[in-house]
Amino acid sequence: MSRNAKINALLLLAVAALAVLPLVLGLGDHKEEPFAGADAEAETAITEIEPDYEPWFSPLYEPPSGEIESALFAVQAALGAGVLAYYFGLRRGRRQGEERTAAALRDAPGGD
Amino acid sequence: MHIAEGFLPPAHAIAWGVASAPFVVHGVRSLTREVREHPESTLLLGASGAFTFVLSALKLPSVTGSCSHPTGTGLGAILFRPPIMAVLGTITLLFQALLLAHGGLTTLGANVFSMAVAGPWAGYAVYRLLRRYDVPLMVAVFFAAFVADLSTYCVTSVQLALAFPDPGSGFLGALGKFGSIFAVTQIPLAVSEGLLTVIVMRLLVQSSKGELTRLGVLLTRSGKTTSDEPEAVAR
Repeated sequence: MSRNAKINALLLLAVAALAVLPLVLGLGDHKEEPFAGADAEAETAITEIEPDYEPWFSPLYEPPSGEIESALFAVQAALGAGVLAYYFGLRRGRRQGEERTAAALRDAPGGD
Repeated sequence: MHIAEGFLPPAHAIAWGVASAPFVVHGVRSLTREVREHPESTLLLGASGAFTFVLSALKLPSVTGSCSHPTGTGLGAILFRPPIMAVLGTITLLFQALLLAHGGLTTLGANVFSMAVAGPWAGYAVYRLLRRYDVPLMVAVFFAAFVADLSTYCVTSVQLALAFPDPGSGFLGALGKFGSIFAVTQIPLAVSEGLLTVIVMRLLVQSSKGELTRLGVLLTRSGKTTSDEPEAVAR
């Protein structure tokens, strides 16, 4: 593993630790519904401040279940990750191709 | 975590829509110009949008015992400047509003303003400031992404406090309430976003030196950025 890859791995590890620590330390235990979304909590806060408030518009399409919703979130993440992977793969391939061409030109006897 | 559908009174929804619209229109113009003048940057533009897609789909637990997600807007703001990020952020928000019932069409203006306008500009400002004082690239990238992420949710808190001031303690009381829900939850997530953005920037430095030099992120040998400086002066 190169030094660069090691640093990237350490950075990723730190991100993972930041996500896992709140769960391990039980930081959601004091809540009725631990680790709910902040947007849902904001909705609750709004109805606390203004009990009469009624949302005046509802989503045109709502995923029929939590499973479908998580599937769609996974699709979103997969689309993004796919494009990113394509980008870096393409770059790596191009760079290797260029290096190979340069090496071939250098090695070619009497090449121009 | 964006403001949910129908949760801003109509007047506020319209006002934020009006505030965001010029940024998005200007962004579309910058984006088409960038693609026309530098067709080779389309791939990196796609990658920047993809980064926002991934990060805003990642709902992560936080120290407050609730979950939220990063925004991923800092990277694109550094690479292509904030106007273009306004477009990429809006696309992400539209996807989530239409398919995931996350955020909403009536709150799109407000959410675009926080995530696709305020966040990228705040992050970009921090980036430029730190780079001016010769702070190392990756440190500047980290703080730019951190600030872009956190400021997005501070703006969300302000938007909600403006719409729903507390009957007893007024705007400030409500700001404290929404701030503790959004902004405090977001702090560790903003750190995560900063670290992830640094990883992607490190990979870009390895793989796309030429592109980064053209965009003014990496310095040329003479020590001057190639394209960014004159443009910034011209503004």
